[in-house]
Amino acid sequence: MTPSERLDATFTALADPTRRAILARLAGGDASVLELTKPFAMSQPAISKHLKVLERAGLISRGRDAQRRPCRIEAKPLADISGWLEEYRQLWEGNFRRLDALLEELQSPEKKASPRKGKRP
Amino acid sequence: MTKTLSVTTPSDREIALTRVFDAPRALIFDALTKPALVKRWMLGNMGATMPVCEIDLRVGGAYRYVWRSPDGSEMTMTGIYREVARPERLVNTQRLEVAWLPGESVLTTTLVESGGKTTFTSTTLYDSRETRDKLLKSGMEAGASASYDRLAELLAAKEV
Repeated sequence: MTPSERLDATFTALADPTRRAILARLAGGDASVLELTKPFAMSQPAISKHLKVLERAGLISRGRDAQRRPCRIEAKPLADISGWLEEYRQLWEGNFRRLDALLEELQSPEKKASPRKGKRP
Repeated sequence: MTKTLSVTTPSDREIALTRVFDAPRALIFDALTKPALVKRWMLGNMGATMPVCEIDLRVGGAYRYVWRSPDGSEMTMTGIYREVARPERLVNTQRLEVAWLPGESVLTTTLVESGGKTTFTSTTLYDSRETRDKLLKSGMEAGASASYDRLAELLAAKEV
């Protein structure tokens, strides 16, 4: 998968509340399908289907133990996503902080005087 | 009222930013529409400058922003004003001239003043599912950000 396809798969996987809940559960520790099925009002095959989507997106991995195949959360795709979201938020926070400073300057009665008042850092 | 930036998705095709500022709304309106002021703050966070900022502030008038990043690469945004109602409302189209994001969006900015403070809300309405999906990929879809943030926190805690 290209990074863009990977991101698509991650977003698709995260677009479902059950899958997000599964990830939240796995963030607390590895769990088997059976353990994951318990908190949800869903059949085991339904949960398994969700797990497959998560696995394809690289959000979880499955253990080798054929019986239990414990699910483990994988941090990388989520870190990529929160990185993107964080970038967007930071971009606007940066813009708005500069706007704060500009608005303060525009409202200052001494805005024309070049040396700034000693009061402010 | 805090100065916390809120990012929400009012609908499938929209993203909204809300933020409170310690200033009368007329000043904020000017900061959004006067080139000398726009150039001072609408710069992103990568150390970019805005060498070109042209604004023809009237209904049907065009604007053009060019950002230049420290590595010399440039990005251009253009659009047309659809509503100009100083100091409370501004509606304009916007088109980023980059290959990865085709299509046009409509930005509606409202400024509500109360007790010397102004609540700024800008809502971007994307033209198509395709555009929205492109933005999804680039992280601009923030509707589920709260869930992602919580997950990220959990993951960070787990990794310690």
